[in-house]
Amino acid sequence: MSVMEGRTTSALLYLDGVHVSFDGFHAINNLSLTLEPGEMRAIIGPNGAGKTTMMDIITGKTKPDEGTVLFDGMTDLTRLDETHIAELGIGRKFQKPTVFESQTIEDNLLLALNVDHSVRGTLFWRGSRDESERIDRVLETIRLTDARNRLAGSLSHGQKQWLEIGMLLAQDPKLLLVDEPVAGMTDVETHQTAELLKEINKEKTVMVVEHDMTFVRELGVKVTCLHEGTVLAEGTIDQVSSNERVIEVYLGR
Amino acid sequence: MTPHVLTRSLDRSATIFLVVVAGLGVLIPLSNLLLPAGSALQVPTYLVALFGKYACYAILALSIDLIWGYCGILSLGHGAFFALGGYAMGMYLMRQIGSRGVYGNPILPDFMVFLNYPALPWYWHGFDMFWFAALMVILVPGLLAFCFGWLAFRSRVTGVYLSIITQAMTYALLLAFFRNDFGFGGNNGLTDFKDILGFNVQADGTRAALFALSCLALIVTFLICRAVVTSKLGKVLIAIRDAESRTRFLGYRVESYKLFVFTLSACMAGVAGALYVPQVGIINPSEFAPGNSIEAVIWVAVGGRGTLVGAALGAVVVNYAKTYFTSGPLAPYWLFMLGALFILVTLLLPKGIVGTFNAWRESRKATEKANAESAALEDGVGEPKPAE
Repeated sequence: MSVMEGRTTSALLYLDGVHVSFDGFHAINNLSLTLEPGEMRAIIGPNGAGKTTMMDIITGKTKPDEGTVLFDGMTDLTRLDETHIAELGIGRKFQKPTVFESQTIEDNLLLALNVDHSVRGTLFWRGSRDESERIDRVLETIRLTDARNRLAGSLSHGQKQWLEIGMLLAQDPKLLLVDEPVAGMTDVETHQTAELLKEINKEKTVMVVEHDMTFVRELGVKVTCLHEGTVLAEGTIDQVSSNERVIEVYLGR
Repeated sequence: MTPHVLTRSLDRSATIFLVVVAGLGVLIPLSNLLLPAGSALQVPTYLVALFGKYACYAILALSIDLIWGYCGILSLGHGAFFALGGYAMGMYLMRQIGSRGVYGNPILPDFMVFLNYPALPWYWHGFDMFWFAALMVILVPGLLAFCFGWLAFRSRVTGVYLSIITQAMTYALLLAFFRNDFGFGGNNGLTDFKDILGFNVQADGTRAALFALSCLALIVTFLICRAVVTSKLGKVLIAIRDAESRTRFLGYRVESYKLFVFTLSACMAGVAGALYVPQVGIINPSEFAPGNSIEAVIWVAVGGRGTLVGAALGAVVVNYAKTYFTSGPLAPYWLFMLGALFILVTLLLPKGIVGTFNAWRESRKATEKANAESAALEDGVGEPKPAE
């Protein structure tokens, strides 16, 4: 059973004592972290700190060797696969923007909508007013309304990042995992993305991995710094960025 | 506004394709049967059978395009499903021979008498009834594809590894069907057919009818493929082809989609094989040869994968070339030419004939649109002048 008898924690996402090693390399080392419902959390840390691996564990791509990963206090994520976890309401944006390049922007969003995902459901699918309204709303939010019939492959890097965030919105998850959303964006786009994420956070729980400290500062949320697969420091951006160890391994002097 | 499932799927190339196939399916049999032999417009019977063969190949090509062009599953063993459908039909045709065989046994086909079979093997029962054989034509390839796909897709076997195991599958079947004690006539296969549903398989009328039926099956297969790829399911298939793990993270059960489309495709290949056998008059284990499956993939590549029309066109073009070259002095070099063709298409026409044509038409449309826009802009600038 992947569903526990009763709620064991109030956290939406609860990681405790998680270990993963790849061929003897400890990618995640006794990682414990909790995310309360409605929270937005920024994750920082040097390359190889285990940020992406942590997302892989939460979304079911990687199975931890030991440890507990609970979603909504009830569901053990370590026993489920990617499809099942996505259906529970965990959406993910990848580090490298991954959209369906040979399909239109509108179709990308249509595919992302959290409607019937079964073979039969899609074979006999007929659009509904509700669905197209939802797509319109997302298009508006990510400012791609005019480009709706263009192929996703023709978008700029920044626009692809936004489209992928839009796909997350269409998926309407409870928890959004956003991996490096502003990589390769201009300052203006970075600022707009921060605004967008803050807007999204009004309704949803968000976890953002990002290297851009200006962006993290702009978000103004609790920050967790990972190092060698474990939590090095946690707190406000000022607390974390003045932490000796964080300066030593990540920020530099 | 939700367009109807059929009209939605009909763009211009699809309409042309359907009209041409339907036209040939009617005109060729009529010309063969009604016009006097020797008349310039009369299609001789051997050509009717040859075109019927092409139609079956086109169905096989469509079935491969459905999984390869739209879902990225490169099966190098689709000939196996084609051959299984063919064997199911062959078994029916063998049972129809009855006591007219060389040994005159009313139940056992000749090869069984020759190999001293005491009785009909259990798996030959029921094949004296056409409906049962017709069911098996779809069921046997479908079931094999389902089991094979269930194991392969659930274990997330993809790409070149999947291609290799499909090759292994068809090769294993080739070896099995070669064995005399496997019960399907060993290396001679099944042949010497007499009649189908009471009609002589050699008769002009039967051949014409089989050709027309093959065209009909080609049309139906095409419409099914179109309906699948233009549905939302088709969009999911393309998503799987382009970014499989992304599709999973959106909450789609990728293996179910692959299994569905792979099984559907195998059933189509089975129907193609079943129509092929009465027209060529024989089915033997060489149909399972790995080379056959690879050849079928080349047809699709030449015609243009992911276009459906291109796959069918590629099957006909390459097979016409094969017929032409293997009946002349160039016969020994055909395989070299086929290999060269594949390399040339991969290097120079990676989208195939129809894919390249579509891309050319799209770019021309885009230029025209841009020209029209800039012309409109110039008009707009020019307009105030006369008013002065």
